Formats: sequence, C-alpha cells, structure tokens
Amino acid sequence: MSAAIEPYGRTTQKPPAIKDVHILWITAGLGCDGDSVSVTAATQPSIEDVLLGAIPGLPKVHLHNPVLAYEVGDDFMKYWYKAEQGLIDPFVLVVEGSIPNENIKQDGYWAALGADPMTGQPIKTTEWIDRLAPKAVACVAIGTCATYGGIHAMEGNPTGCMGLADYLGWDWRSKAGLPIVNVPGCPVQPDNFMETLLYLLYQLAGLAPMIPLDAELRPTWLFGKTVHEGCDRAGYYEQADFASEYGSPKCIVKLGCWGPVVNCNVPKRGWMAGLGGCPNVGGICIGCTMPGFPDKFMPFMDEPPGSRLSAGTVGVYGRIVRKLRGLTNSTVNKEPKWRHTGTELTTGYRPRAF
Amino acid sequence: MSTQTVTQAPAKPRTLVEMSWDPITRIVGSLGIYTKIDFANKEVAECYSTSSIFRGYSIFMKGKDPRDSHFITSRICGICGDNHATCAMYAQNMAFGIRPPNMGEWIVNLGEAAEYMFDHNIFQDNLVGVDFCEQMVKETNPGVWEKAKHTEARHAEAHGYKTIADIMTALNPFTGEFYRETLHVSRYTREMFCLMEGRHVHPSTLYPGGVGTVPTMQLFTDYLVRLTHYCEFMKKVVPLHDDLFDFFYEALPGYEKVGQRRILLGCWGSFNDPEVCDYKYENMNAWGNRMFVTPGVIVDGKLVTTNLVDINLGIRILLGSSYYDDWVNDEKFVDKDPLGNPIDQRHPWNQTTIPRPQKRDFNGNYTWVMSPRWYHADEPGDKKYLALDTGGGPIARLWATALAGKVDIGYVKATGHSVKIYLPKTAMKPEAEFEWRIPRWSNAIERDRARTYFQAYAAACALHFCEQALKELHAGNTKTWTEFKVPDESIGCGFHEAVRGVLSHHVVIRDGKIANYHPYPPTPWNANPRDVYGTAGPYEDAVQNTPLFEENGPDTFKGIDIMRTVRSFDPCLPCGVHMYVGNGKVLETSHSPMFGMMK
Repeated sequence: MSAAIEPYGRTTQKPPAIKDVHILWITAGLGCDGDSVSVTAATQPSIEDVLLGAIPGLPKVHLHNPVLAYEVGDDFMKYWYKAEQGLIDPFVLVVEGSIPNENIKQDGYWAALGADPMTGQPIKTTEWIDRLAPKAVACVAIGTCATYGGIHAMEGNPTGCMGLADYLGWDWRSKAGLPIVNVPGCPVQPDNFMETLLYLLYQLAGLAPMIPLDAELRPTWLFGKTVHEGCDRAGYYEQADFASEYGSPKCIVKLGCWGPVVNCNVPKRGWMAGLGGCPNVGGICIGCTMPGFPDKFMPFMDEPPGSRLSAGTVGVYGRIVRKLRGLTNSTVNKEPKWRHTGTELTTGYRPRAF
Repeated sequence: MSTQTVTQAPAKPRTLVEMSWDPITRIVGSLGIYTKIDFANKEVAECYSTSSIFRGYSIFMKGKDPRDSHFITSRICGICGDNHATCAMYAQNMAFGIRPPNMGEWIVNLGEAAEYMFDHNIFQDNLVGVDFCEQMVKETNPGVWEKAKHTEARHAEAHGYKTIADIMTALNPFTGEFYRETLHVSRYTREMFCLMEGRHVHPSTLYPGGVGTVPTMQLFTDYLVRLTHYCEFMKKVVPLHDDLFDFFYEALPGYEKVGQRRILLGCWGSFNDPEVCDYKYENMNAWGNRMFVTPGVIVDGKLVTTNLVDINLGIRILLGSSYYDDWVNDEKFVDKDPLGNPIDQRHPWNQTTIPRPQKRDFNGNYTWVMSPRWYHADEPGDKKYLALDTGGGPIARLWATALAGKVDIGYVKATGHSVKIYLPKTAMKPEAEFEWRIPRWSNAIERDRARTYFQAYAAACALHFCEQALKELHAGNTKTWTEFKVPDESIGCGFHEAVRGVLSHHVVIRDGKIANYHPYPPTPWNANPRDVYGTAGPYEDAVQNTPLFEENGPDTFKGIDIMRTVRSFDPCLPCGVHMYVGNGKVLETSHSPMFGMMK
C-alpha cells in the first residue's frame, strides 16, 4: 500500500508491545460472582469497549470468564490447560472469591473448578492458583473476598478462607515483576475494576509505568481517600448536624457509618453513572473495601466507637458554624435592595443624560 | 425412582456415552452437569447435577447481631444479593415486630422491580440468548439456521428484525446489535436499582424497619424516566422472543419435550402491599394474598395453596446425595409456629448444617447442595416430598398469579387463566397490552418465554409503585423507616421471590443474637441431587427426560439441548450444580429397553 493514501495522523498510533493478551478469570473462590456481574455494569470503560478494541493502543484482549463465556465445560476449560502448559502467553490471572484452606480437613474440597480427567474428582481452586500464578504476567484480586477474605472469612467460618495475598504471600511478584493488584469492594465498584484493568493493559502495552499501589496493594488513585472525604454529607458533619433516623439526608455517622476511616471512593464516584453509593444516598458505610471487613465493623448498625469522640468534639464548633452560616444564608437569600419598580433608580448610578 | 414423566422405551439398543459439562458457563456460580447419553435414540438417559463450592453462611452467622443479617446474606448471591437482603429484612421485620412506613415499602418494591427488570434482561439476552444466537445455531443445528434465514418474523414491525435469522445474528455475543443493546439496558435498569437501594448487587440503604433512601421528586423522576425507556424496550422484546421461541417449535417438531418435567412449581410471592402487610406471622396468609405477585404451589397444573403459612409448614430439607451429616438428633429450635402448628425437625427453622467434605461419588454423595422438598400429604408414600422447581422464577410466578386471579392493579390483571400486562404510550411506541397465557408444558422454551413476559410484568408493577410513592410524597409522607428494638428471644421468616425463584429466610434469635439462620434460595430447589428417597432434583429430572435435537454426533457434541434445559432454570449456584462432557467414553451398553427408568 502506498504511503500517500494512509492518513497522516496514523503516525500517532503505535503498535502495542504485545499484540494479544488473555484474561483468565477464576470465579471459583468462595464468592458470589458479584464482581463479575458488577463489571458488566461498568461504562468507563465498558467490557465491550475493551473486547472490541474501542481504545487505541491496547493489545487485543481475549476474555475467559465463566459468567460471560460462549464456551461450556471442556471447551471452556481448555484455556486453563493451555495456560498451564505455557501455550497462552501472556495472560492476566483474575481471581474472584476468597481462597479456602483445603489443608484443614481429611478429604473433599471447599471450592473447585472443572474435574481431573484421570480421577474424575473436582480440581481445587487452590490447585489452579498454584498452577497458573507462576505463569501469569499479572495477578489481580477482584472484590474483597479475593483481596482480603471478606464475608466468607468472618469469625466462626468453617473453611478457613483468606485473601489471595494471604495465600500467595504479600511480597509475591509475577514473572513480569508485578505485585498482586488488589481491587477491593463488596462487590467491586464497576468502573474501579475496569479502570485498573485498563491501566494494566496500558502497562503491558508499554504505555504506562508500574501501577502505583499502596501497602495493601490497592491502586493509590482509587483508594487513597476516605469515604468521608468524598461524601456529599460531610458538610452536615462539619456543622455537627447528625441524623437520628435512617431516611434523613443528614450525616449518618451516628447510625453506624464508618466513612471517616474507610478507604473508598464510592460516594465521590457514585455506584454507576454517578448514581447511588453508600452514605451519600443514606446507606451506612460498613467498610466493605477494607482488610478488616466484616468483623471490625460489626454490628454494622451501631455507632462506630471512634465517632463518639470525634463527632462530639466537632459539636461545639459545628453548632456555632451552623448558626453563623444560617444568618449568612438568609442574607444571601435576599436580593439587593435596588431591584424594584417605580420611578426612582437606586443602584448608585448617577444619570447625566436622562 | 424418578416421579416424573415415564420415559418411553427406546427403539434401539442403548449405548450410553458419558458426557459432562463442568463448569456450566453463562450462569452465576459453580455448576457441573454429568450425563449418560444415548446417541442412537437421541436422548439423555441419566443426569447428575453437582456444585463445587461450600461457604457456610448458616455456620458463621451463629452468634452474630440479628440486625446484620441482611448485610451478610446479601453476599450469598452476586446477581440477586438484594433479593436476599430484602428477604432477610422481611424476616427481621417479623422477628423484631415492626412495620415500615408505606414510603419505605414502595421504595423497596421499586428497587426489587428494577432488579427483576435488570436481571431477567441480562440473563435472557446476554447469557441464555447466546444458546439461540447465529453462531451457536450454526454450530449445533445448521438445518435450523437454513430454515431461520427463510422464515419471516411475524412481529417484524414491532422489533425491526425481518427474519428469525436476523434475530439470531443480533444475539451473537458482543458483536450482535441486540446483545449490545441489552447490555446497555442492563445498565440503566441497574441505575434504577441504585436509586432505590443504593448499590447493585449488595444494597447499602436497606435496614430492618425500612430504608435510608431519601424520597424526593428527583429520586422518582430519575427512576420514572428510565422506566419509560424500559417500557418502550419491552414493546419490542416481548414480540421478538415470541417470534424466536415459536420458531423453535415450528423448526423442530417435538421441541416441547426439551427440558419438560411434571408441573411442580413453587412461588413464594413478591412485592408486599404496605396497606395490609404488618409482618405478623399470624396474619401472613392475609398479607401474602395481597402481594403483587401471588404466592402458590402448583401441582399438575392445579393451585394447591396460596397460603404462606401452608407453604412455610411444608418446607423440608432432605439430605440424600450431599456432603452433610444429618441433624435429626440435634437441637430442635422451634417446636411450634406462632399459630401453634408443629414444626418438623427437617424444617429450616430447625436445621443444623454439618458439612463433611468428601470425595465426589456419583453413586453416593456428589454435591454441596441439599435437597429441599415440599411436603404434600395428598401424594402417595415417599412421593409426598415434592421436588418443586421454580422454573427459573417467572413461569412459576405468572402461573401462580394467573390461577389465583387476585392481582388487579390496572397495569396488571390476573384472569384465572392468564395475566394481562398493560404498558402505556411511550415516546416512539403506542400503548400495548400483552397477555401471558398458561402454557401446556413446563419446559425449557416456556420457562424462557415467561421470563420475557415477567420483565414486562415487573415494569408494569413499577409504574403502579411509582404512582403510589408519588402519592405519599405529594401528601408529605416522607418517613421511610420505623425504629425498633431487638428482642432477646424471637423467631422470624421472610418469603420473597429471588429473580430465579422462591426465596425464604428463617431466623431464630436467642439472647439478642442469631441462634439459627437458614436461607433457602431458588437454586437449591432446582439444582439439588437425588434425595434420600431417590427422587432426582429438577435439573436432573428435566435433563433426563430430554430428547436431543442437536445435529452433531458424539465427537462434536455440544449438548445444546441440555444447555437450553439447564439454563432455562436460570441457575445461580453461589446459592446452589456442574454439567460435564467427559471424553466421550463409552460407559456401558445395555439392551434392556427399561433403562430409561431410573433405578
């Protein structure tokens, strides 16, 4: 093809460092598939944006997720076996659901995916992680179960389950040198995950540096602020104006909201398309993105112990501020006095020609 | 042996080939289906359904604060978690003795209606729909594809697709136009959900006693505008699916046998009416019968009861082929219900879950799913324990509602033999009335068809709920939550319809803490294994009766008719099966013409 008919602007486009990447997504942890379902809600970017190549510069993405896959059974499992044999490379391993401890019992399985063709017995999820993690270019834990254990790792649970980093080790590195990437949330906020995946795709394409993660392996730009810092009810808190019953539009920290100490961007971002969320729409923050979830936040509907002191301290200042603002508010709710009918101009202008 | 339709004696000698699909994809959760297939006679001889996940909710909830139960149990399911949260809240309301303000109840109903609109939509056309798409039909039934190309769609003017093949092409994953449109619809319906319940799929704004959602003009306007878009969409989708499903009956005579089983349907009712629902067990029959989806048990096409108390008393959890020890000698938590009726040791109020992990053995125990049954004294002997199914939800809901003939809200009317659904004029389409008529079979196609109609039903109900909520708002009734105190000792139960069918939560409170908690979602009802009496679970039973229409032989067999059967139940296994095609190994050859009968 002659260069003359190529658009000049094409020089802006670079082929990605890798042409194809596979995403192997195990939902067979102890979870609820809520993170896979959540991801279908994302629009920034949407799953089809990524799969249909809507975003320039990225490798072609092949997704193998059981909730969305065309293939069934062995046709679906063949990608897992190929990845294990090194025939699919590179691939990103996404783990959903917490990792049960299979060593605490004599026999059987807590969680499994597919069956061993030799024995006919289910293949444990932990076995798949052992086989695939060493070959993955990156490992991503999606949702609070996979990141830190979550609901199913609650005190008194029978399965001894844990997060992926507890299982593989917190200093685990992929063969490409990436730490585990944790995107917590119960379930994960849809765009938070897709945006993290997009970042990793840019990184694999050679278009972005190492993904910035905090000590709990979360993307810093998503989890660096607290719920409270992004909550549109924080103004009520500042004025010590607290709700005493659910359904009130005021700050619900006294009704069990843990927002001031929880790392999460949901009130700022909303749940989908800027709508919904937690304390911003009347739902107490139960800390569902946190490593200490759920036990350290239960019972959820009690006032968090720490907030008694802080909400009490803000009380005196808040009430004064609220009062003063009330006065100012009523002033600014009145129009200036020179806007009137009649024959007189009172704006301050001194007419010379009329 | 199986209590269902007697299989006709096969014409040719049986050669059984073991085939399994593990995991079954395009569902939520972990399911494997293991079968023995008779290719000469083109039918499935045996089927086993297995689930490979155990989490232990009823174990780790013991000793926890009962106010936390809806937050915790929402996490049972990643697609209908909010149905669990809602059902848990119903059980809390009963146990705590509280009744939410009307506005709170309308907001919950609007949220749950949005969940049905979203969830049925994404499952039907992004997951089930793929089984009917161009790529799949070409790979499994090239003859059907040829016919589809030359079959005009009867309702082309309503949905815009000229031929059935055009519909199938539009259903191709990701590249199909209708597939992508459905994904988009699944998003704005979830936005509607988030308006009412905060977040999908685990709500943030539900509480015992009501909701934390702030009722404002903006809230209901944002919801209503999206709802009208959905109503317009349904005016296209109902005729589109009628065309597609009718075509399968025409193209493949006998297709009504795919996934067919005896009509044994359960529906636990949905959408409480705040005018009458006081959450008192003693009045449960009265307020249950005022639900906007009528509860009911249907046996051989007859409505056995619509009384939630009867429904509650009849629930039994049987062991059989699952990985649990029996609790028959463990503590009995509830001896009598608040009306004085005796409660069985195998009732969820009295269940103790004792997991015993073990190897999978299809001749013994092979799944983490127990076998819920409904005790019906009119049946003979050990047949009294009915393996009710939910048909994936909608077919049972519409069937019970139609037969009961109680719902009449303008937008929806139950006639005794059908349900009429009215959708008013929207931007580009005139008003429309759809009528779902009781079908002749409980089979795969009718389960799928009912799903589409129920999407319209949920939208019509939402129009009603929106009007009611606005009435409250205009009258200044903006209270959404009722205060309460957790009693030291109490029991409660909640009945609801999760998207894919019956849902119950049973709680026992002692010393102000949860002493026992057992949720029973739809999938254990559908995906369960053979019980102690040898009665197969509904998936197993439905697959076992299925003739095979796929044109592929054993070497390239996809099992599409089996997939359509299983997916018609809308499996969702975080709550409860595996399908497995082995390597096509020939298992056994039998010349006995009676092999089609189990045992």
